[in-house]
Order: sequence, then structure tokens, then C-alpha cells
Amino acid sequence: MSEAPVAPAEAAGVVGVRVVSKAFGGVHALRGASFAACAGEVHGLVGENGAGKSTLIKLLGGRLPPDTGSVMLDERAVRLSGTADAARHGIGTVFQELTLLPWMSVAENLLIGREPRSAIGLIRRGALAREAEAVLAGLGIHHIDPRALAAEVSLAERQIIEIARVIIRRPRILLLDEPTSSLAEREVEWLFARIRELRDQGTSIVFTSHRWNEITAIADRITIFRNGQEVGTFTTIDEAKAITLMTGRRVDALYPSLPPVPDGAPAALALAHGSLDGRTEFAFSLAAGEILGIGGLAGQGHRELFLGLFGAPALRRGRISVGGKPVRIANPADAIRAGFGIALVPEDRKTEGLLLSLPVRDNLSLPLLRRISRLGVIRGGAEMRMSREMISGLGIRTPTPMQPVGALSGGNQQKVLVGRWLLAESRILLLYDVTRGVDVATKHEICELMVRLAGEGKAILFYSSDTEELAHLCHRVLVLRGGRIAAELNRPELTAESIVAAAMRDAA
Amino acid sequence: MPPEAAEPPRGRTRRPVLAHVVGQNIGLILAVAILSASIVIFAAMFVVQQDRLPGSFEITSTVNNTMPLALAAIGQTIVVLTRGIDLSVGGVIDLTNALAAIFLTGGVWHMAVVSVLIVLAGGVAGLINGLIVGFGRLQPIVVTLATLSILQGLAIRVLPTPGGSIPAGYTAFLVNTNAPTALCFLALAALGWMGFRRSRLGVDVFAIGNDEQAAIALGVKALRTKIIAYTIGGMLYAVAGLFLAASATGGDATTGDDYTLTSIVAVVLGGVNLFGGRGSAVGAICGAFITTMIVNILFFAHINPLYQSFYEGLFLVIAVVFGALIGRLVRGGR
Repeated sequence: MSEAPVAPAEAAGVVGVRVVSKAFGGVHALRGASFAACAGEVHGLVGENGAGKSTLIKLLGGRLPPDTGSVMLDERAVRLSGTADAARHGIGTVFQELTLLPWMSVAENLLIGREPRSAIGLIRRGALAREAEAVLAGLGIHHIDPRALAAEVSLAERQIIEIARVIIRRPRILLLDEPTSSLAEREVEWLFARIRELRDQGTSIVFTSHRWNEITAIADRITIFRNGQEVGTFTTIDEAKAITLMTGRRVDALYPSLPPVPDGAPAALALAHGSLDGRTEFAFSLAAGEILGIGGLAGQGHRELFLGLFGAPALRRGRISVGGKPVRIANPADAIRAGFGIALVPEDRKTEGLLLSLPVRDNLSLPLLRRISRLGVIRGGAEMRMSREMISGLGIRTPTPMQPVGALSGGNQQKVLVGRWLLAESRILLLYDVTRGVDVATKHEICELMVRLAGEGKAILFYSSDTEELAHLCHRVLVLRGGRIAAELNRPELTAESIVAAAMRDAA
Repeated sequence: MPPEAAEPPRGRTRRPVLAHVVGQNIGLILAVAILSASIVIFAAMFVVQQDRLPGSFEITSTVNNTMPLALAAIGQTIVVLTRGIDLSVGGVIDLTNALAAIFLTGGVWHMAVVSVLIVLAGGVAGLINGLIVGFGRLQPIVVTLATLSILQGLAIRVLPTPGGSIPAGYTAFLVNTNAPTALCFLALAALGWMGFRRSRLGVDVFAIGNDEQAAIALGVKALRTKIIAYTIGGMLYAVAGLFLAASATGGDATTGDDYTLTSIVAVVLGGVNLFGGRGSAVGAICGAFITTMIVNILFFAHINPLYQSFYEGLFLVIAVVFGALIGRLVRGGR
């Protein structure tokens, strides 16, 4: 990255904050932080979850006002009354939580507030879709249907629409909070091409990501945040040093070493004549103690496969056997009961697994209630004891078991979900992109947890949008392409490069 | 423009435009279908018993009878689209109906001014709903339940016993019994809806019903939009109260009570999603006419009027269950 054009450090800051603090109910997200980004640079913002990156972006984007300190625009303190006000100042933001309106069309979402209008000021609906199509094509996007509802397109496509919506408003300051979290490699390349164009036109770009290789690929300067404060701004810094600065401690190896699958381990889960589209068939089997990775570009059937094995909804076709015995999985209840118990941890944990306003304890004990109840009444002592054991066993960071799950960080929410299934004695875990949007330290803990669980004989099917993670954490990787298995990669030829190569082969 | 390599992967093929139109308006299409079916059934029963097709008189009375509910349903639709609900419909109609019975007298201009003032009174009632819901961040169902009672009380205070009289000219203008001129008002309402749907305000109403937080992040003024939605609702209920007074040629401070529930029924039959963000007032108008047609059919089937609500409820359940099933089929199990 030393060859990237580096904005001179003494250049005037276009956007930033000066000694800002922001607290949410006594928890300090930012404490006296300062930050500045210049015109014509891509400024990477890195740090653990809870370091204050997202809060900083929200302050800069006008979504939240600072408690103390000020937001700086062109070296002057400004008060932004909202995102609309920020937009008037030329600030465009892609927030981490997507803001698409699900039951409105892609075109309506894309052009909201600047729809084509007739002479009397009414929106021309036909022109709306055509204009959206043209605008998307101008950005090199041809595969998203502007007439579809936002709810009908994939997560990656939604993220792209969100990015496009901001870019077409030509902001002079572009804030991107985790824009790549649901994008596959190729889509990230698309985004980076757009970012470079904008940078070369003088746009100031602030970019956050948990993927270090993305930061080094795109950022001209990097600012590291820890505990609500900046630690430093760098033009070049190696990963190990950055992680030390982010976490305040050394993380020796990012990925734990993987114990081999014991010889002759029985197959825990097998799929024969499986099909996602009803035409092409595939088969695989997963042994006890094995971590089997599923790789490939986004939208190639991973989600359908994982949901299918969990019966939500069932696969179009395929014979599933658990522990060598055929089982019928028509719905999640079948999956949970089947033989060893199949458990799914989805990526969208907020909507697909956790009861956010209920305490950690209740979320953990949900599948156990019958077992720990007497005459239909829950034995509170037993429930609390089991929850505490799981919280300490998995290293779930929560002040008490009674903390609402929604108040925990993303990575800790994932651990609660895993803990729930462990308490339910599931022995087959389907982990779908569980490290998405999770900070480095927690990611490391989740990786260690996966390896430990595999060592204890759990069978793990693992999809990650982070190819690097698949390469390091899996015994084997199956690469999906167009709803079928395009390649099976074993150690030692299993590397991030080989996964990408298999995923991209004649994928264009 | 960028090289081909910097383009996201192509996905599935595109669905035809018509498929989107059908899929995204399935509630409206079903409402039209149910309405058509009920009209056919009614016409068949009519022919069997009267040896002729329903004519101008039948159409006129049906439209005139349905106008108040259709108007109330449009107002309810706008509120429901914001992910709210308005139970004060009945109270606003009671009050405006009572006011009309007392103050509608004299010449054309006097009546016009009084009508406008009555509509504004409905708007004020809606405004109060909107202010409490918006600024108080309270559940719309609780707020409007309270204002319903207050408005009902006010209406009784204004007109303790049914009475008053509406000038014949006023009745002839709104609910002409000789020709279905009320269809013009209906067309006007539908046209107004289409304009609303394509206006900044309409987009904002749909946006906050979709996801209020996201809408705010997109620069939508959620508070203001909600307040306006309830205010427009109140004004439409007031117009419904005027139509009701015109067709009854007098006032009754309890005549509007049923409209709280029937406006919600019409909205549901019209395919408007009760969780906000999806639906059309045209569907709600169809929903209003479906309920009238059901009453007409029951009349020709010689059902004892005492059992009328039983059958109305039954039809409602059947229509909603079938609607949901067909909707699911069309969307392909999603």
C-alpha cells in the first residue's frame, strides 16, 4: 500500500471530529476522540466492535449529535441536525444497519427524494424504474431488477443498492460503515473500483471493515480506534501491529491450529441426491469432529443449503441421514430432534434466532425448558446454573445472565446462539457466516470455540463470506457454484487462493 | 466506465414487468376479484327474484350507502400505512354528523362554509390524534381508543337526541337518489389517492410504514408525516359524516359508531397490510363495497337481519383466509 497515493498528513481535514464524546445510557462509545479525513483520500477506520467506529460514522453522518466536542467540516465546527442536513453539506453515508425499505421497489429505494416528477410535481412511476435502471447501469450494475421489491433481492444486492443510493447523490464526503460485510470477493472489487474513481475525483472517503486485507487494499491512511478513542493514524502498518493496537494485547495467531479428524470417525451428517434447483444433484458427508467449509461467491446456494438442512424450508430434493440413519427433515423441529440434533446459527441473528429483549438466560434455556421444568413450572435455580455455566464456558461477555441479549455485541450474541444449541445437546452445528460483522478479538474466540467443539466430536458445517477464514479453519472445503458443488478442496491444497479460483472459474 | 472485471456477478434472469405488477399488488387484485364475484352473485340473485338486471336505482343506492364507509376506509388506509391504526373513526363521524344536523342551514354559500368548517373540525380531531401519537410516542391503538370515547361524548353533548334536518338541496348534491352521481365523488377520491401515492407525502407515509428508523435515516420527517396522516384521516372521516347526514337527512350522535370496526374490515378486505407500508386506498374502497354487497346478498337470500353480523363475519374470515392463501401461492411460497 506504500504505492498508493498518500494524502499529505498536513493537508486540511475535510471532515472529522474534535474531542467528541458520546455515551449511551452510561456506556461510553466515544471518549474524547479526534479524527480527520482529507479530500481525495480513502481513510480506513479499524478497531474492535465497541471501539466506537460506528458511533463516529453516525456522528459524521448526522445520525446522532455528539454529547461534547464537535463535528468538523472544512475545519469549522458544525451542528448536523440529521442525515438530510448532512446530505446538504455533501455528506453521504452507508450505515452498518441497512436502511432499505423492504416493501418498496429497488427503484423507489434508490431514487427516494429525487424521483423523476411530472410538471405538477407528481412522481412518474414508469420513468422511475427506467431511470433507476440507467443509474445502476452507469455504476456497472446490470443484474439487479429495479422493479423488484427490496425484500425480494439478496442481502448482497441490498448492500449494493444501499451503496449505489449514496454514490449517485455525488457526495464530496462518503462514509462507508462495514459496506463489505455481506459482499463476496467480486462485489468487493466492484465497490473498490467505485471508491477509487471517487477518490481520484477528490471525494473524501471514510471506510470501516473487519477484513484487514480490504483495509490494506483500499486505504491510503488508517486510523485505529480502541475503547472510544483514536490510537493513531498510519500510512503503512502491518497486521500484527495493528491488531496489537486494536486489542491492546498481542494476538499471536489469528487462527487456532486445527486438530485432525480422528481416523474412522463416523459420518454425522450425510446428504445424498441433494438438489437446490431440482435439476443438478450433489452429495457430501460430514464426519464427527470435522469442520467442513462451504465456500463460493455470494448467492450460489449456500443459504438455501443451510436452511434446507435445517428444514427452513426443506431442500427441493435430497436424502439426509444423521449418524447413518435416514431422517426426514421437513421443518426445524424435525432437524432439532433428528438423531444427534441439527442446529443452525444463521448470519442474521437478530431476526433468525434470538429474542433480543429477553435476558441471556432465557435465550440460552429456551430449548431446555421442558427438561428443567417440574409440573410445567421452570426450576429457576437449575435454569440460572446452566446459563452461568454456558456463559463462562463460551466466554460470553455479559455483566449478568439477566442482561437483555440485544445489549450484547454481535459476536457475543452469536455465542449465545451457539450456547443455546450446545445446551440442547446438538451434535451437528450449521454455522452460517457466524463471524460476519464481528470484531477481530471476538472472531478469534469464535474460531477457537469452533475448533474446540470439533475436538469434542461435534460435526460442523461452516459457511463464511471471509475466504481466508474458510481456508484456515476447515478440514475440507466444498465450493458451491450455481447451486452445485464445483470443487472439493482438501489440505494441503486448501488455501484462500484455491477457493477463490474454484469459485470464480468460468463464473463470469 | 470501469472494466468488465469490476462488476458484480450476474444473478438470475429478470422477471417480466407484469409479474412484478401482479406480485406487488396482489392484495388490490384480490380485492377487485372478490368485489367482482360478489357483484356477480348479487346480480344473479337479483335476476332470479326480479326477472331483470339491477339498474340505475340499485347502483345509485349501493354507491350512496357505501360512500361514508369508502371515505372512512381511505382515511383508515392512510393511517394504517404509517403502521398505525385509528379507532377514533366512529367518534369523528358521530361528532361531524351531529354538527352537520345542527349547523347545515340557509343558502348555498352558508352550507359550503359550514361543510368546510366541519371537515376542518374532523382534521383537528385527527391532528390531536397525530400529535399525541407522534410526540407522546404512544401506541396508536390506545390513543385513538381514548379519543374515540371523548369524541362520542362530545357528539352526544352537541346532539343529545337524533334530529336536526339537512336541507334537501344538500342531500340532492351529495347523495342524488335519481342518478349515481356519487360515483363522481368516488372517482375523485380514487384520483386523489393516485396523486397522493405519487407525492412526496405519499412516499414518506409508505416509507415510515416500511421501517420508521430507516426512513428517518433517509431524511424522512417521520413525526410530521404521521401527524399529517392522522389529520388527513380525520378530515376524510368528517366528509364521511357529512355524507351520512345527507343521506339520513338528519343527524344522530351514535350513527358513526360502527364505522370504527367496518373501516378496519374494509381496509383488511382491500389488501392493506395492517403492519404498515403496503396497500392501496383503491383496495380499501373495494373492501367497503364488498361489505355492502354482502349485506345486499344477505337481503336477497332472505337472511334474518338478526343474523346479519354472523354472516358478515363468516364472509370476512373466508375472504381473508382465501386471500392469504392465494397471496402466498402467487409469491411462490416466500
